[in-house]
Amino acid sequence: MEAFLHQVFSGLANGAIYASLALALVMIYQSTHHINFAQGELAMFSTYLAWAMINAGLPYWAAFGLTVVASFFIGLIIERAIVRRVADAPVLTVVVVFIALLVILNSVTGWIFTYTIKVFPSPFPEEPLFGPYISSHEAGVVGVSIFVLVTLFLFFRFTPLGLAMRATAENAVSSRLAGIRTGWMLALGWGIAAAIGAIAGMMVAPIVYLDPNMMSGILLYAIAAALMGGIDSPLGAVIGGLTVGVLENIMGAYVVGTELKLTVALVVIIGVLIFKPTGLFGRSFVTRV
Amino acid sequence: MGGLYVNRTRLILVALVVVLACALPFVLSSYRVFQFNMVLVYAIVLLGLNMLTGFNGQISLGHGAFYAIGAYVAAVLMDHWGVPYWVTVPVAGVICFIAGFLFGLPALRLHGHYLALATFALGISMPQILKYKGLEEWTGGVQGIVILKPEAPFGLNISQDQWLYLFTLIIALVMFWLAWNLLRGRIGRAMVAIRDHPIAAEAMGIDVAAVKTLTFGVSALYAGVGGALGAIVVQFVAPDSFVALVSITFLIGIVIGGLASISGVIYGALFIQFVPNIADEISKAAPWAVYGLFLLAFIFLAPAGIAGFVRALWARLTTGSTRKKRAAQTQET
Amino acid sequence: MPILEVSGLCAGYGASDVLHDVSFSVEQGGITTILGANGAGKTTVLRALCGMLRSARGSIVLDQVQVNGKATESIVRLGVGHVPDGRGTFMNLTTEENLRVGAMTRRDKAAVAADFERVFSYFPRLKERRHQQAGTLSGGEQQMLAISRALMLNPRLLLLDEPSFGLAPLVVQDIFRIMRTINEVQKVAILLVEQNASLALDLASTAYILETGRVVMSGPAHELREAESVRKSYLGY
Repeated sequence: MEAFLHQVFSGLANGAIYASLALALVMIYQSTHHINFAQGELAMFSTYLAWAMINAGLPYWAAFGLTVVASFFIGLIIERAIVRRVADAPVLTVVVVFIALLVILNSVTGWIFTYTIKVFPSPFPEEPLFGPYISSHEAGVVGVSIFVLVTLFLFFRFTPLGLAMRATAENAVSSRLAGIRTGWMLALGWGIAAAIGAIAGMMVAPIVYLDPNMMSGILLYAIAAALMGGIDSPLGAVIGGLTVGVLENIMGAYVVGTELKLTVALVVIIGVLIFKPTGLFGRSFVTRV
Repeated sequence: MGGLYVNRTRLILVALVVVLACALPFVLSSYRVFQFNMVLVYAIVLLGLNMLTGFNGQISLGHGAFYAIGAYVAAVLMDHWGVPYWVTVPVAGVICFIAGFLFGLPALRLHGHYLALATFALGISMPQILKYKGLEEWTGGVQGIVILKPEAPFGLNISQDQWLYLFTLIIALVMFWLAWNLLRGRIGRAMVAIRDHPIAAEAMGIDVAAVKTLTFGVSALYAGVGGALGAIVVQFVAPDSFVALVSITFLIGIVIGGLASISGVIYGALFIQFVPNIADEISKAAPWAVYGLFLLAFIFLAPAGIAGFVRALWARLTTGSTRKKRAAQTQET
Repeated sequence: MPILEVSGLCAGYGASDVLHDVSFSVEQGGITTILGANGAGKTTVLRALCGMLRSARGSIVLDQVQVNGKATESIVRLGVGHVPDGRGTFMNLTTEENLRVGAMTRRDKAAVAADFERVFSYFPRLKERRHQQAGTLSGGEQQMLAISRALMLNPRLLLLDEPSFGLAPLVVQDIFRIMRTINEVQKVAILLVEQNASLALDLASTAYILETGRVVMSGPAHELREAESVRKSYLGY
């Protein structure tokens, strides 16, 4: 039973990371209807930035803050410089642009920082502070994720900028007619998504270690989580992320072993989707003839 | 919907390309022949994927899985039962057709990104399934299977590479001819109608479910035939040759070549065969970054794929020449 | 001194033009209406004015500022409130949030608060539904919301695209009455595009008639009302 509880808690910690990344995906999906396949590599690149800063002697939280800010601007610039140009292109063209970004980020990171695996520090103490079932880092990850979620919620609910972004996501034409600079709102969305991804990357790196391919599996879980929750629902993304995290851990520990757990988790998710094709919290399709 | 009608210029162009393709193995080094052989293999796979994704609008990020099944069917048949290589190709096609058809049934319930995820899961799990212990007796596990290169038949005085190339070319031509007939006929029109207006298609009496699953099956058949040929050409199959990246590469191939275009798959096949090599030569340190930049450049310069670019160029050239002709005529009169 | 002067406007979608050499003007604080049948190009005129059509050519002068080629949001910021066809409601936002989006470009908090009260006095129904999701409002309420959203911008010129469309006659009368109030009290100039010629000619001082993308007739509204061809084709008697 203890081992089981431990699996559940560490699943929740992983799930919190999937939820954060899934939230980043949902943000971009809501305003552009694209799934950003490069979100994971962007997060990975951000984590390397943090690693470089910490290595250069910066205190952890200073590096953390600087990385979040830098990632925000990287996301913003990528949207303004590249993604904007394919705004009206067919879905698959955009998918290929995201794949291109993915391989470029991956390759450039490997080139700058080499492909050798690096240890990334955790800001949380080694000894477990919250009982025997959960390590301090895992508890910290959950705490940071909750902080991020609450901040985002407050931002979108109660600030004029948050309202403008929600309006743009829902109806860009009407937003322009209200004088909102929708182009900047989209770029801002990318910036915030990249910042969230950076936090997820820095939280997961102490667990999986730092290497250029560290986010590929995590991105897949995040996509699965976002889709399972209903790709346009932020709440769904969070619940989907936590579900996938726990599901993955329990499957890996008790049912199929670590080799096949990715496959099995995906099959389960697809099974869910076949019976609930718009996800658990997604709006059902309304098709006009 | 360019590329599906016949006219004399087009016929001449196709004939020229075929003649050129036949001549290739007799003028190039055997390594280049191997590379172009792979181009043909990829072209067959991309043709199948383009039917599904380009013409029918069902996104597949997992076609590498059907490619892998085709390759393993060929390898296991040859390695275990000594089946002649040319028999394995249709068998692989049929088995993949069934696999694709079966996968197409649950896929009916999924749309857009959801289908992309489901197919991607298929692509990701394929190497893991191929490594699975219970299948090791046939698949050879992580080690994979080595197969022998076939000799040229009928006492033809050409090398193995040249023969394999010609063998692949013949099959490719047949597959292209079949695809062209399928796509310009009733089923092809139904496929496009379902992509553009699924509800209107249903109202017109098209059996949407049947056409979609059938398309999935045919598309997988093409991937399977390509996989079998690929295995014979490379003489080796192993789980790590069929990672998820293969599926993504195929998708890149049809987008760069041109969605819903038959000629586009040839450009796409050339791209996925040669551009990684070129990228590697440009930068040994970060070849994938160069590859990514190539992708961006192609997307920005030819948003409708290379086929669309060529079509636009062709249109400009021909209207230019007719204008000149007209100008000449008016001067005469 | 017109607040809006349009001359030689051509615009369309894709390769072919819908509007051909359209010219008209709206006086400072005046009401102008453009009448026309379905498909005459009325909505296209308004879209072209707001920089929503890349194909638009010709001269559009808004209070001595040349605005053609400018981005929609920049034109709007010059004081143009556009009530689009289909109303453009933000269905997932509440009524109040919709209005706050309308006031997004403004920094004068006290005046915005006063405008909130003002539109609520025009349309008390909206005040009742203040915290309700806009998607749950009725068609008439959504039209009121769309006009209010445009008013929250504190516009000098209000563009209205068929405000009567799909609404019950009583609601339409209500809305037209309030538009007159808006014009008289707030001195907002109005460009009204309508199929309902009778109502529009009552409200407007100047009218233009658009047929297949061309202005075929123009003049003071009361004169057009008397013209036989207008009576037959647009007023039905």
